[in-house]
Amino acid sequence: MTEALAHLWTPLATTPLVWLFVTLTAYAVGLQVHQACGRSPLASPVLIAIAMVSTVVVSTGTSYSTYFAGAQFIHFLLGPATIALAVPLARNLGYVRGHLRHIAQALAAGSLTAVLTGVTIVWGLGGSRTLALSMAPKAVTTPIAMAVSGQIGGLPSLTATLAILGGIVAAIVGQGLLMLMRIEDWRAHGLAAGVAGSGVAAAQVAARDPLGAAFATLGVGLNGLLTAVIVPLLALLFR
Amino acid sequence: MYGLLTLIACELAGALIGEALHLPIPGPVLGLFLLAALLAWRMRGQTEPIPQDLGRTADFLIQAMGLLFVPAGVGVITEASLLRTEWLPIAAAVVGSTIASLAVTGLVLHRALHARHGRPA
Repeated sequence: MTEALAHLWTPLATTPLVWLFVTLTAYAVGLQVHQACGRSPLASPVLIAIAMVSTVVVSTGTSYSTYFAGAQFIHFLLGPATIALAVPLARNLGYVRGHLRHIAQALAAGSLTAVLTGVTIVWGLGGSRTLALSMAPKAVTTPIAMAVSGQIGGLPSLTATLAILGGIVAAIVGQGLLMLMRIEDWRAHGLAAGVAGSGVAAAQVAARDPLGAAFATLGVGLNGLLTAVIVPLLALLFR
Repeated sequence: MYGLLTLIACELAGALIGEALHLPIPGPVLGLFLLAALLAWRMRGQTEPIPQDLGRTADFLIQAMGLLFVPAGVGVITEASLLRTEWLPIAAAVVGSTIASLAVTGLVLHRALHARHGRPA
């Protein structure tokens, strides 16, 4: 039986179709689980899908390059999807015209804090240079974080995971933390979620308050742009 | 159709600009800058909305974005040993720096927004 399956599997494992199918199926399951868990940020469909696909790839003895040869058709769309972030950014610019200076201050402070504390904690706890470089851009939206990570010598796949985990942390603790600091302004909640936790945390705030949603979207987009500029420059300084 | 064309054109332009000027900024981010600037310029002064086709394509891609991370994310299987040996700095840095950034961003914006009017005693 196993031998028969192996005969069937071996030629199939190298065709792109199988890995496209596995990836799409895993993500569909991830979405279902996310839905079933009341859209809890803990049940991230992306993490569920990554865990499921990784299990299949490793347990079938497939190499990552074989898997990626098939899945690259999905991966390719990440570029256009990154550019597409300009649309919500432009849509929301109008809401915040009068506050651009204040937003710029908060954005610069929060963005630098995320990068510097991330790298410092990794170094302080004896982490490797590769990990520090992969950690530096993790607060920004995953496609930009991955692009920056690859640019400075980090591991984009690791950065993708870190970015999603950071977003989950921000979504879980964000509201409670800011309330504890007696910050009740939804605009501050929105921007903080967008800057520190990108899309995952922004979605949490967006569901509660429309103005908060605009600030969150802006936080995601602007922090992506700012981090993409400052992190490669900082990396050049510390080379 | 025009939506996807616009996005791909901006991505290509971003890659070309980055290459030509030797910028350390990733190509897709330059393309994002470019499209955001074009849209902001188009909307300046008037309420000219985002072109419908571009809006639809962008919304679709952003909604499906989670799926697009999966192939790259599976790449962590090639870094299993790093995850095993460095789980402590990973966990501490993700939690610590996320909390620090949330607090700083929220506090600075809160202070900036409320500074002008003065706080009620």
